[in-house]
Amino acid sequence: MGFGGNSQQLLSKIATNDKHGENSPYFDGWKAYDRNPFHPKNNPQGVIQMGLAENQLCFDLIEEWIRNNPKASICTPEGVHQFRNIANFQDYHGLQKFRNAMANFMSKVRGGRVRFDPDRILMSGGATGANELIMFCLADPGDAFMIPTPFYPGFVRDLCWRTGVKLIPVHSDSSNNFKITREALEEAYKKAKEDNINVKGLLITNPSNPLGTTLDKDTLKSLVSFINEKNIHLVCDEIYAATVFSSPNYVSVAEVIQEVEHCKRDLIHIIYSLSKDMGFPGFRVGIVYSFNDEVVNCGRKMSSFGLVCSQTQHMLASMLSDENFVTTFIEENSRRLKKRHDKFMKGLEEVNITRFPSNAGLFCWMNLKSLLKEPTFEDELKLWRVIIHEVKLNVSPGSSFNCSEPGWFRVCFANMDDETVDVALNRIRAFVGRETKKPVGIKRWQQNLRLNFSSRIFDETTVIMSPHSPIPTSPLVRAT
Amino acid sequence: MSLRKAGQDSHGQDSSYFLGWQEYEKNPYHPIQNPMGIIQMGLAENQLSFDLLKLWLRRNPDIVGLKKNGASLFRELALFQDYHGLPALKNELVEFMEKTRGSEMKFAPEKLVLTAGATPANEILVFCLADPGEAFILPTPYYPGFNRDLKWRTGVEIVPMQCSSSNGFRITSSALEQAYQQAQKMNLNVKGVLVTNPSNPLGITMTRSELNHLVDFAIHKNIHIVSDEIYSGTVFASPKFVSITGVLKERNSDNNIWNRIHIVYSLSKDLGIPGFRVGMIYSNNERVVSAATKMSSFGLVSSQTQYLVANLLMDKKFTSKYMEETQRRLKRRKEMLVCGLRNAGIQCLKSNAGLFCWVDMRHLLTSATFEAEKELWIKILYHVGLNISPGSSFHCCEPGWFRLCFANMSEDTLKVAMQRMKAFTHSTTFLLKAS
Repeated sequence: MGFGGNSQQLLSKIATNDKHGENSPYFDGWKAYDRNPFHPKNNPQGVIQMGLAENQLCFDLIEEWIRNNPKASICTPEGVHQFRNIANFQDYHGLQKFRNAMANFMSKVRGGRVRFDPDRILMSGGATGANELIMFCLADPGDAFMIPTPFYPGFVRDLCWRTGVKLIPVHSDSSNNFKITREALEEAYKKAKEDNINVKGLLITNPSNPLGTTLDKDTLKSLVSFINEKNIHLVCDEIYAATVFSSPNYVSVAEVIQEVEHCKRDLIHIIYSLSKDMGFPGFRVGIVYSFNDEVVNCGRKMSSFGLVCSQTQHMLASMLSDENFVTTFIEENSRRLKKRHDKFMKGLEEVNITRFPSNAGLFCWMNLKSLLKEPTFEDELKLWRVIIHEVKLNVSPGSSFNCSEPGWFRVCFANMDDETVDVALNRIRAFVGRETKKPVGIKRWQQNLRLNFSSRIFDETTVIMSPHSPIPTSPLVRAT
Repeated sequence: MSLRKAGQDSHGQDSSYFLGWQEYEKNPYHPIQNPMGIIQMGLAENQLSFDLLKLWLRRNPDIVGLKKNGASLFRELALFQDYHGLPALKNELVEFMEKTRGSEMKFAPEKLVLTAGATPANEILVFCLADPGEAFILPTPYYPGFNRDLKWRTGVEIVPMQCSSSNGFRITSSALEQAYQQAQKMNLNVKGVLVTNPSNPLGITMTRSELNHLVDFAIHKNIHIVSDEIYSGTVFASPKFVSITGVLKERNSDNNIWNRIHIVYSLSKDLGIPGFRVGMIYSNNERVVSAATKMSSFGLVSSQTQYLVANLLMDKKFTSKYMEETQRRLKRRKEMLVCGLRNAGIQCLKSNAGLFCWVDMRHLLTSATFEAEKELWIKILYHVGLNISPGSSFHCCEPGWFRLCFANMSEDTLKVAMQRMKAFTHSTTFLLKAS
């Protein structure tokens, strides 16, 4: 059977379908940013990137540690004697000292209230790789996982694309503060059963992206008892665990299982990463932590598809077992996030923009319902396009997070310096000011603020492709 | 609760290939601490040239310190997660690949996709080229890890194409056709052929003739060719390495076939840095590059490594010298092994590449069966103290062949291994004669 000249049939369904999720209209924001990125000196009228959930607040602490610990690098004179062993190390168990350090760090982030077993730590290619890996281990093509909305858009690619797993959204909305209720879970589960869909588990993100909130102990316990009862898995994506900056204190699922009677630990799995907590998305450190021995065994073999680079393992083994550094970092990271969060919130309050009260994360969930002509997703998208092209801020519309009610926007605040935050707030103030004076429709708006700030280092000759590269990058790559 | 993939064995990790490793881990050879331990000859690693890399690092403190013009690059690197990869690295990699192929043709950096090692590169290509239930033809013997990399999570099948010692394990048109027919009988839709060139475990480079047969076949059946060229830099003797792209260029082929040729490469073997996870896919097919780039998100190359390797490769003088010297050392090491085995009355397949030899121990079998091969392997593992890899783990169709690695140990250790082998065969011969 010939395929003729049609290249489409020569490739797989996975390669040619849309399930990677990158053809959605939300690309516009990224394109606008890439075409016209803000720079305080070189391009003060450019688009400010507020769609990128990165943590850039604590690099000085890390750089200082690296300068003081040359042995942690296999390239320095002090550390090069390790080069051979490390360069050669590709054991999918990972370096013992790396796993010990990770277990230690994960425990510290949870206030030492729970201990992690280094032998249950599996490596993967960032949280992206970790989420896909756990799906491959727990579900077959056609099976489904329940997931509360709103959720990170990248999950569509990570959980479904190559695995063939389906997502069943469990809706929540502002009427009950986006709580994940037992009723909503039961309803979604029942409907899935009626539709003959095999539900394998529930995936939650705690702290939540995009809400920026942590789950309280009771809710967590109720989730654990729900999955226990239905005998399905619970995957907890805890990649924002160390971004909790105010009360209530963070409660990890690992703590809760110690308290739930007859808890089937075999059903519980945690996803972790250093991309958000430490600001290292480039180093691709993803972790799958499972309480299920079979999953650990299987997952470990699968980690071959995305091992953590040994050079990185070696450096982190050193860094994260430095107790003093870890303690200082966790505290300071929290403090700076709070400061940045408070500054941003104050700015929003000044123009009566409400946002969902949050105690964690690198972003806030902004309520712009009052700026919508009609409470529809069409109007949300219209407003979003205005914000990108006229206000020149790349923010993320709630619909991209599968939010069930229009008017919410996620705005990131930890991926820029203080001065840029000021510029962003000024633009928001000006925009809202105009809009509230003229409530009929959304008008065209001119930006003519003059800016004068200290520069970030944008060295055009540098080997690194700085964030404003001419090549469009997918929002799904930079974990949104 | 079912964990189908967890329960499946198609990751292939219970084969003897991996069991030998486990025995080694329990009782590893050490010249002083454990001189009676097992010598690891089952690991295709290139450990011969770390001294050169270390020298380079000493001479380049700025790269090491992640500095450019005095300013720290740490932050930029820590944030860099663009799946298009560091442009400087891709530019260097294509040049590096060009050089290995005698600069016969130019490679374009935008056709390169970076992945965390060759392991995900191979899996990604299969995800892009085939649906679950479809198949790839692989000449035997082939790397055992392919069962995991190509089949496990993709659901794609491997149809082995049997090669035998009768013609030096070369790929022939009739063998390709036979494998294809076999697939048809099993109702399997063949999407492509995957070859490893230079071959693991054979250690030989494909001839122009073989490559042309392969291209003819792929054109005729309208299927893909994946050429895993991760050992291309380990060619230490003639004939020179010929890549599939070189052959296509010579044929002046039309565009269609170019769209179905994909190369997998990695720095794990050539530069000896498997821990750094630097792999890549090179494809002329835009749709494949596009899909594969998105899939690389599941295993990107760490940015600090991208930066280090980009700078290493930028030092052309160093890289040239490194490759020359590594190849020289590999040649010498291989000759040691071949010589040592000859003294033990054992022949090797004549090879010009790789980190191993394909060794003929058929005459040491009690019978021409795979049971006898396993017996011999166990004997060599436990009584001779060498972890070597039996041909059956590479899906070889003839019993009695073994792969022995020579680049993952010191010269002294290799000498010890050869002495043990000699002692073993002499006693075996004595026993065989006596019985």
